[in-house]
Amino acid sequence: MEKRPTFYEEVTDSGVPRRDFLKFCTAMAALLGLESSGVGQIVKALETKPRLPVIWFHFQECTCCSESFIRSSHPEVADIVLNKISLDYQETLMAASGVNAEEAYKAVMEKFPGEYLVMVEGSIPTEDEAYCCIGGRSAYQILEEAVKNCKAVVAWGNCASAGCVQAASPNPTGAKPVHKVISGKPVINVQGCPPIADVMVGVVVHLLTFDRIPQLDGLGRPKSFYSRRVHDTCYRRANFDAGLFVESFDDEGAKKGYCLYKMGCKGPVTYNSCGIIKWNDGVSYPIQSGHGCIGCSEAGFWDNGPFYEHLPSVAGFGIETNADKIGLGLGVLTAAGIAGHAIVTNVRKHKEIMNEQEEGSSSEKTKEI
Amino acid sequence: MRSRSIPMREVHVWELPVRIYHWINALCIVALCITGYIIGEPLAFMKGTEAYFNYWFGTVRFIHFVAAFLFFFNFIFRIYWGFAGNEFARWYNFIPLKRSQWKEIMDVIRVDILQITHKRIDSIGHNSLASLIYFVTFLFFLVQCLTGFGMYAAMSTSFLPKMFAWVVPMLGGDMNVRQLHHIFMWGFILFALVHMYLVFYHDYIERRGVTSSMIGGWKFIEEDVVDRHKPEAGKKS
Repeated sequence: MEKRPTFYEEVTDSGVPRRDFLKFCTAMAALLGLESSGVGQIVKALETKPRLPVIWFHFQECTCCSESFIRSSHPEVADIVLNKISLDYQETLMAASGVNAEEAYKAVMEKFPGEYLVMVEGSIPTEDEAYCCIGGRSAYQILEEAVKNCKAVVAWGNCASAGCVQAASPNPTGAKPVHKVISGKPVINVQGCPPIADVMVGVVVHLLTFDRIPQLDGLGRPKSFYSRRVHDTCYRRANFDAGLFVESFDDEGAKKGYCLYKMGCKGPVTYNSCGIIKWNDGVSYPIQSGHGCIGCSEAGFWDNGPFYEHLPSVAGFGIETNADKIGLGLGVLTAAGIAGHAIVTNVRKHKEIMNEQEEGSSSEKTKEI
Repeated sequence: MRSRSIPMREVHVWELPVRIYHWINALCIVALCITGYIIGEPLAFMKGTEAYFNYWFGTVRFIHFVAAFLFFFNFIFRIYWGFAGNEFARWYNFIPLKRSQWKEIMDVIRVDILQITHKRIDSIGHNSLASLIYFVTFLFFLVQCLTGFGMYAAMSTSFLPKMFAWVVPMLGGDMNVRQLHHIFMWGFILFALVHMYLVFYHDYIERRGVTSSMIGGWKFIEEDVVDRHKPEAGKKS
């Protein structure tokens, strides 16, 4: 069997200096929350282990995950992960097409059974599989075949992890996330719409370095990136605790950088590392740019809208009807019911109230006093 | 002067632990509903100041969390008292498993709600319909504890909230949990309205001193009802 080049060999062959390689490894160790000895582990893994064979599928999605991925903070290394980590099959980025492309991914499945990773962008239609077909086969058929001998599945983004906009009500294609259509293989849900590039690279490096899937939370997301709320890591948090809220996007509070809670910020219910890693090489993130979090790393965030209201609408009661409006309505009804009942009581139970019935007997039998 | 003499007996219905439970529970629910509502819909009454001068919203949340812990342990105590308390506090009052309880429920609906028949409901403690409603409120307590501590778990390091961490993934994420927690809050508000009205109603119609019974523990019960009750309840008075 031919010797497969390691990441390090591939990277240095393409002219990346060792210094940059080490910088990347250090950044990754920090991202993954490793202690300093972890840097060495990552360096060693990337130097000695052969590249990971990867098949990357695009199903019902918008390619924003790929777009995010190629904008990771360390371009040379994103390059490693992209070109060298070996995307043997990536519909957006590969040069091959048609028969050649199909052959490439079939070759991966044949050459590396039990070793390759399947990475999925996009949800899988189940209502009618024909909604998403590639090369004459449905997304489900392709995925089922590829997953059979894979090592693990990485579900990129909200589509593959929770269905995202395609699975939002009424979900015409019956879109389902990866973990709902396959079984028997570990699925890592790298949530977000899209996920943060550094998180994506971090997950790949973790898989390579430690040869096992990272610790996941209850919703299948890697704990190192999704264990804390955007709200609990927000730099505007002090304004929340102080009760300083933006009430409209052009008010004094917005200028002063108050908390966006009342503008519908979903930070308090969203687990992600936007507040720490941020986006575009750590430049900013939505809240820093003055807009609330929309909760894109949470399942069903489209159906928990509106984005600019703190309380979500209640399904079945029409748009803009939140729990408080329904509660208040029920409260008024209850009060009306109580008033009505009190009035009826004074009429119907007149004898009891006036103490005109005999002990132990029903009022019908009470003799008039 | 209008007066009437009927033979009544004083019956010790609510033991001290039940009464303490009741009032702690009432205070907690008032505190939780008020602070909970504010947390859901805060007033932005401060402007033009900086965060480091203030902490009022943090304080509101703090009160909510403290009241929640108190509410939780108080609830646990009440469940225990459902097995240790007197016959009016026991668990079997709250779950209508007996035919007689269902009969009384139908009676209460006819007599007190629809008011189509007029007769006396003989129960000394809660009537069977009230008990069933209290059982439903216990389920509400449970939902609020599960969803509340479930949300709290992510920002806590202590073991008690951590024990509820499974709730969030089970319900599909914080968004759903928070929504549920919020909707159930209204259940408490509606219950409180009806509960207070019915206390007044029963005192108005029956004059058994039900309002003050939750303070002193004693109710006035017609002698024949007490006499008929005795043999059945011989275990503990």
